[in-house]
Amino acid sequence: MGKSMMLEINGLSCGYGKRVILRGVSFVIKPGEFMGIIGPNGSGKTTLLRAITGLLRPFEGTISLEGRETHEMARRELAQKVAVVTQLPEATPPFSVEEFVLMGRVPHWGRFQLLETAKDVEKAERAMALTGIEYARDCRMGELSGGEQQLAFVARALAQKPRLLLLDEPTAHLDIGHQGQIMDLLRQLNKEQSLTIAVVLHDLALASLYCQRLILLHQGRLRKIGPPKRVLTKEMVEEVYQTTVSVMKAPETGSPIILPFGGKGS
Amino acid sequence: MAPHSKSLWWGWIFFLGVLLVVVCLFSLGVGAVHIPLQKVLVLLTRGRGTPEYTILFAVRLPRILLGLAVGGGLAIAGVMLQGMFRNPLVEPYTLGISGGAALGVALNIVAGNAARLGLFSLPISGFLGAIGIISLVYLLGTRGGTVKLSRLLLIGVMVSFIASSLIMLIMAMTRTEDLQGIIFWIMGSLQEPNAALIGAILCISLSGLIVALMLSVNLNALSLGEEEAFHLGVRVERLKKVLFLLAAFITGCCVSVTGIIGFVGLVVPHTMRLLVGGDHRIVIPTSYLAGAIFLILCDTLARVVMAPVELPVGVITGLVGGGIFIYILSSKGSSF
Repeated sequence: MGKSMMLEINGLSCGYGKRVILRGVSFVIKPGEFMGIIGPNGSGKTTLLRAITGLLRPFEGTISLEGRETHEMARRELAQKVAVVTQLPEATPPFSVEEFVLMGRVPHWGRFQLLETAKDVEKAERAMALTGIEYARDCRMGELSGGEQQLAFVARALAQKPRLLLLDEPTAHLDIGHQGQIMDLLRQLNKEQSLTIAVVLHDLALASLYCQRLILLHQGRLRKIGPPKRVLTKEMVEEVYQTTVSVMKAPETGSPIILPFGGKGS
Repeated sequence: MAPHSKSLWWGWIFFLGVLLVVVCLFSLGVGAVHIPLQKVLVLLTRGRGTPEYTILFAVRLPRILLGLAVGGGLAIAGVMLQGMFRNPLVEPYTLGISGGAALGVALNIVAGNAARLGLFSLPISGFLGAIGIISLVYLLGTRGGTVKLSRLLLIGVMVSFIASSLIMLIMAMTRTEDLQGIIFWIMGSLQEPNAALIGAILCISLSGLIVALMLSVNLNALSLGEEEAFHLGVRVERLKKVLFLLAAFITGCCVSVTGIIGFVGLVVPHTMRLLVGGDHRIVIPTSYLAGAIFLILCDTLARVVMAPVELPVGVITGLVGGGIFIYILSSKGSSF
C-alpha cells in the first residue's frame, strides 16, 4: 500500500524482555484518520503505542510510517513526525509552561543549537493558543491542575508539528468538562489540520463518540477493527471485557454507548 | 522562552562573571602578606622581580586558577548527575569517585611509592583509583547495553561504602606518619605546586563546561523522564552514558589533584536552580561560575581566618555552603 498509508503495521509481535505482550497485530491508519485503541487492562494498548514510537523493538513484524520502516529512521527524524502524549508522569517537570511547550521544538533543532529561534517561539505560542493554555504560560508546571497539565502536554506535542499524534489515555483522571475539552480539541485538530490521531482510551463512551474507527485489543491480539458501531456491540464487549453490559444509542449521533449492567435484582 | 527571560540569563552570567573577577582580585590581595588592591593591579602589569610579584604569581594565582577549575568542574558534574538521576541528593561523590581516588592515594602512601615516584605520584594514584571505581560502577550498573539509573546509583553508593571501609582498614593498620599523609589528602587542599598540573585541570574543566553546554538541551529533555526524552528524539542510552562518564571524568581529575573537597557539587547546583530556574542551558554556566566563586572564596577564608595556620578548605565549604544554602532555601523555599 506504500506511501498512501500514514501507519502500516504488519504481523507485529512485541513485549518486554522475553514476555510477549502483542502477537501478530496488523492494521493500517490512513492519513487524516482519528483512530481509537481500546481494550481491557493488560491487553497491550500502551505496548502498542510504545512499539509505534520505537521505544520497544518488535520481536517480529514491521511498522512503517508513510511507507518507511520506523526502525530504519533516526530517532530525531521519527520525533519530527510522531509526537506522543504519555500518561501524566509522576515527576513534575521543573519548567514553566512556555519552556515546557518549547521543548516540543527540540527535535527540529540543529545538532549544536542551544537557543530557540523566533519561529520556534511562534509555533509554541500557536500551540498554546490552540489548547487554550496561553494564560498560564509563565506558571510553573507544578502549579497547574491535572487538566491544565494535560493541555500543556498536548500543546508540547502540537509544537512538535507531527504528522501523527499518539496519545495514551489523555482523559484519565480528568473531570467530564476537561475530558470533553481535550477530546473536542483533538477532533478540531483532526478536522481542521487533518492531523492523524491515534488515541488509547479506557472510556468507551468517549471512544464511541469521537473516534472514526476503533481497534479493540484482547489478550495481545487484535480482536476487531472498524467503526464504533461495528466494534462496540453487546456480544463483542461482553466477550472481551468479561462482564454484562447494555448498549444504548447516543441521542444525537446514534453512536453506541456501553453501560455497565448495574440493573436491580435480575 | 520569552525574550525578557533570555536577557535575564545574560544578566545572571554577567553578574556572576563580574563577581568572579572581584573575588579573584580580593583573593590575590589578602593573606599572610597583605597587598592592597591598587598595588595588586600595578604588580600584575609591571612588578616583575619584587617579592610581592612572586607571592602573587607563584603562590596565590595558581591557587585561584585551581579553585576556578575544581569549583566549576565539581559544580557542573553535580548539575549533570542531579539532572540525569532526577535526584536532588546525588552529587559527584555519591557514585564512589572520591572513595576510589582516596583509596588509590591511601594505597600509594602506605606502599611508600610517594617518595620514589615524586611529585606526580599522588595525583596519578588518585586518578587511577577514581577511574577504577568509575569503571566498576559503570560495568555493574549497565545491563545488556542499557544503563539502569536506579541500579547505577545504588551500586555507586555501595562501592563508595566499600571504598571508605577499605580506607579505614588501611588507616587502622598503618604507621602514624603515613596516617597523617592520608588524612591530609582526604581533607583536600588547593595547594598544588605544579603549574603544568594546574593547567591540565583548567583545560579539562573548561572543555567539560563546553561539552556540558552542548548536552544541556538533551539534559533538559532527560529531566522530563527517559520515555519523554525518547519521544523528543533524544538517544537516551547514549546520553546517559556520556553524561555519567563526563561527570565522573571531571570529578576524578579534580579529586586526584586537590583531594576531597566536599559540598561544592551538591550545594552550588541547588542554589543556582533556586535562583535561575530549572533550564540546564542556564544552570550549567551559572553553576560553573558560582562553583568557581564559592571555592575561591572558601579557600581564601581557609588561608586568612587563622593565618598563618591554614584550615582545610573542605571544612569551610561545608560550613559556608550549608549555611548559605539553608538561608536561600528558607527565603525562597516554596518550590522544594
